[in-house]
Amino acid sequence: MMNIPMNQQQLFTWINEISFACNDIILYLDTHPDDEEAMNYFNHYSEMRRKALKTYEEHYGPLTIDTAAPVSGKWYWSTQKWPWEGGMC
Amino acid sequence: MWNYEKRLQYPVNITQTNPQIAQVIISQFGGPDGELSASMRYISQRYTMSDKRVQGVLTDIGTEELAHMEMISAIVYQLTKNLSPEEIKASGFDKYYVDHTLALWPQAAGGIPFNACEFQSKGDSITDLFEDMAAEQKARTTYENILRLVKDPEVADPIRFLREREIVHFQRFGESLRLIQDDLNSKNFYAFNPQFDKCPKCK
Repeated sequence: MMNIPMNQQQLFTWINEISFACNDIILYLDTHPDDEEAMNYFNHYSEMRRKALKTYEEHYGPLTIDTAAPVSGKWYWSTQKWPWEGGMC
Repeated sequence: MWNYEKRLQYPVNITQTNPQIAQVIISQFGGPDGELSASMRYISQRYTMSDKRVQGVLTDIGTEELAHMEMISAIVYQLTKNLSPEEIKASGFDKYYVDHTLALWPQAAGGIPFNACEFQSKGDSITDLFEDMAAEQKARTTYENILRLVKDPEVADPIRFLREREIVHFQRFGESLRLIQDDLNSKNFYAFNPQFDKCPKCK
């Protein structure tokens, strides 16, 4: 899916979806720590999430503090809209 | 959305239990100027705060306060780990133990439970930031009161770190107040409430 170019809204929705997949499988793995299939599922989505967060930051600004590297001398973390303002970044 | 990091912000490695001092330090978990109160205050206030940069300060300090609550909890946990009934009785920890065994529960040193009335979310940027600055100073005083009672360097070291963060947060909230006031009527900061009144041309 990451090979198809996405606009900001599509990429944001994609991040929400794969992040939720991670949140949900984490809970399952906490009580099933030896389930290999579940671990593969987690690895797959957490790697996609890492890449998607990086792509998002490069184009539209950071969603996490670990991807908040200042771009062109500007700290976007606190200067872009916060999520409760309806902003997606 | 939040993510958990599986580490303490500053290490806590206490090798000697001391239930008596744990009963004092627990105030910084659930007491009037504790870390739970601090975190809930900033995270509640940020939605209506009238400047994005200050919303960022409230978000990030509110997040750090959760990590401080975790450090205080780790200190109390390590100070009360594996206590015997005799030690519990002799130290006066029995009154806490009867309701919570050795679990963590947010209360003040005097036994008063955590209560949202310990903080305010007023919906006025100047009012809220003065509250936040006062909260940081009150927490600093509490840490200094704790440090006068603590003799164990393994306990004093992380408490000193937490005390220093109160001073840094006070500084950042002071700057936040300045950012807010710079956008207000310099002849009358109280001419309107930037979180409620629509008065963009009041300058």
